[in-house]
Amino acid sequence: MDNKERLPRRILIAKPGLDGHDRGAKVVATALRDAGFEVIYTGLRQTVDQIVNTAIQEDVDVIGLSILSGVHMELTKRLVKKLRESGAGNIPVAVGGVIPPGDVEKLKEVGVAGVFSVGTSFKKIVDFIRNI
Amino acid sequence: MDELRKIREKKKRWSARFLQDKKFSPAQTSWGMDLNTVYTMDDLSDVDYLKDIGFPGDFPFLRGVYPSMYRGRPWTMRQYAGYGTPEETNTLFKSLLNQGQMGLSVAFGLPTQIGFDSDNPLVEDEVGRVGVAVDTLKDMEIIFEGIPLDKITTSFTINPTASIILAMYIAVAEKQGVSPKQIGGTLQNDILKEYLARGTQIFPLRPSLRLIGDIIEYCKDNVPRMNTISICGYHMREAGCNLIQEIAYGLSDAIVYVEEALKRGINVDEFAPRLSFLFGCGVNLFEEVAKLRAARRLWAKIMKERFGANNQESMKLRLFSGCLGSAFTSKEPLNNIVRGTIMALVAVLAGCQAIHVTSYDEAYTIPSEEAQRTALRTQQIIFYETDVAAVADPMGGSYFLEYLTNKIEEEVQGVMAQIEERGGILKGIEDGSIQREITRGAYESEKKIQNGEKVIVGVNKFVSEEKEYPIQIYPTDKSVWKKQISRLKEVKAKRNQRLVDLALGEIRRVAAGKSNLMVPIFSAVCEYATVGEICNALKEVFGEYKEIV
Repeated sequence: MDNKERLPRRILIAKPGLDGHDRGAKVVATALRDAGFEVIYTGLRQTVDQIVNTAIQEDVDVIGLSILSGVHMELTKRLVKKLRESGAGNIPVAVGGVIPPGDVEKLKEVGVAGVFSVGTSFKKIVDFIRNI
Repeated sequence: MDELRKIREKKKRWSARFLQDKKFSPAQTSWGMDLNTVYTMDDLSDVDYLKDIGFPGDFPFLRGVYPSMYRGRPWTMRQYAGYGTPEETNTLFKSLLNQGQMGLSVAFGLPTQIGFDSDNPLVEDEVGRVGVAVDTLKDMEIIFEGIPLDKITTSFTINPTASIILAMYIAVAEKQGVSPKQIGGTLQNDILKEYLARGTQIFPLRPSLRLIGDIIEYCKDNVPRMNTISICGYHMREAGCNLIQEIAYGLSDAIVYVEEALKRGINVDEFAPRLSFLFGCGVNLFEEVAKLRAARRLWAKIMKERFGANNQESMKLRLFSGCLGSAFTSKEPLNNIVRGTIMALVAVLAGCQAIHVTSYDEAYTIPSEEAQRTALRTQQIIFYETDVAAVADPMGGSYFLEYLTNKIEEEVQGVMAQIEERGGILKGIEDGSIQREITRGAYESEKKIQNGEKVIVGVNKFVSEEKEYPIQIYPTDKSVWKKQISRLKEVKAKRNQRLVDLALGEIRRVAAGKSNLMVPIFSAVCEYATVGEICNALKEVFGEYKEIV
């Protein structure tokens, strides 16, 4: 019965803001593809509006943001707000990158479903997506 | 020869006697080459000392670019810094100079690096966050207030907007009564690695290269002490490639810049002495030292043989080196002080001209003052307390090191030849094949860390259950952004808008033609045109780069 749940899910990996460090985003995208997911990677310098539009148009199941420039709180808040305004508040959001431990809870309070700092194992990320 | 034969025979017997049972597997280099248990003179039998190794300060510069190396002068201890408002950065710079730092290195905020002004709604969250915000000449005047530009050198981590920042720096010098001929420093200005790894590119490839050619040409006549490009392998390495590719991509990019300048009819010896390089230092001490020595020898040969340089200065690969931040861990951050020390030692043993040590808390945040001081102290302790800088190239002559140096040079040449066969590095950037190669490297090395094949102490082995050492996170708020937009408003109100418009029009006109863009850009910054306005004028003519994903 759960067959539908086991089908590969569509995942959007997005780089919001001006940060050009895409190593993590590309590596996670590769790992998720290897794990059987369908991954859409946005490329650099996406605005919050662009990411939300892509997520809706591509009908993705999860949005993964990658931010290493220290502005994860601001950008994530904007994105979650925009998603809700666009009627897509049901799409879970995960955040990866350089996230100080003290900010993990704060991100969850904003509505983020998972936080994956640099060094998180692929397995943990894959398990997170499978269990959403 | 007789001696070599004897060594070979003895080694065979020794190996049969002691290594036969093979209870161990051979060690491998980081790029996967098997290593012997020990290296001896016979592993270097084809080396011609005078031709292949030589003396420091002499071709092929394997042993260093200066005859006396650090006896002549120590390396420049140059910590990368800059944050928040221009006022805060000015205070920080003065304090670093007071602590004995010898040159400044400016970190710019992302909006400044990518050509957005602080009042652009897209960048509200990012003004002054990873470096100082600069919108107009006014900001640069504040950053360098009270710092005599004829007495220090400054390194600028700036790429597509390098021409604008350079023009502003010249203007600040002139306001201090210092001639552009007296100022010195280094522009990063290496656009190709932005497309490959760092991500601040604005314009398409060809106009970007033209801007670089314009800077080289302009500096040759007007700012002769400015190093016009710092050619980086560093960022590709940080993005995931191995140390062979780091040098191969860096030198391939360098060749593109040399060709760009030659196309303008500039003699190679007129600009090549002002090219410098930035490569990383990892903790793998022997490989990293060998890598930098190999890069020096290879570059010297390329300049001499391929480009016909006559001036020895054109053949010298002058090196700025920094710790590979990707090897720094956010777990147990104090361990990073140890990693940084080994990396700094690598840079010194390899004979670098300027060194940056990464602060131990940088895996999380803008470094605290304590962490920055410790990073500078690391360099000072190495120079003043260890005496490793007493002689030039102290590791030279080690059988293993020389063997590795030769191997790495061969491997790098192989990768460079492959790139050329496939149509050159520009084509590799345009079709995304180099980017994909870098990502593949990053993915493979991450898998090795996750499966424990590559040990990172405190991360996948000897993981501590104890409470983490607390890192102070650099506090941020909206105040920098607010200050910055209010100053920008003030500057815009005071400047002569008609002259700004004329200057921007001139930039568009020159961009559409072939003259040197530095001239109208300099005029525009002197009228307090903003970084964003100048970039927009250029975008109208050049268009924008579309990323391949």
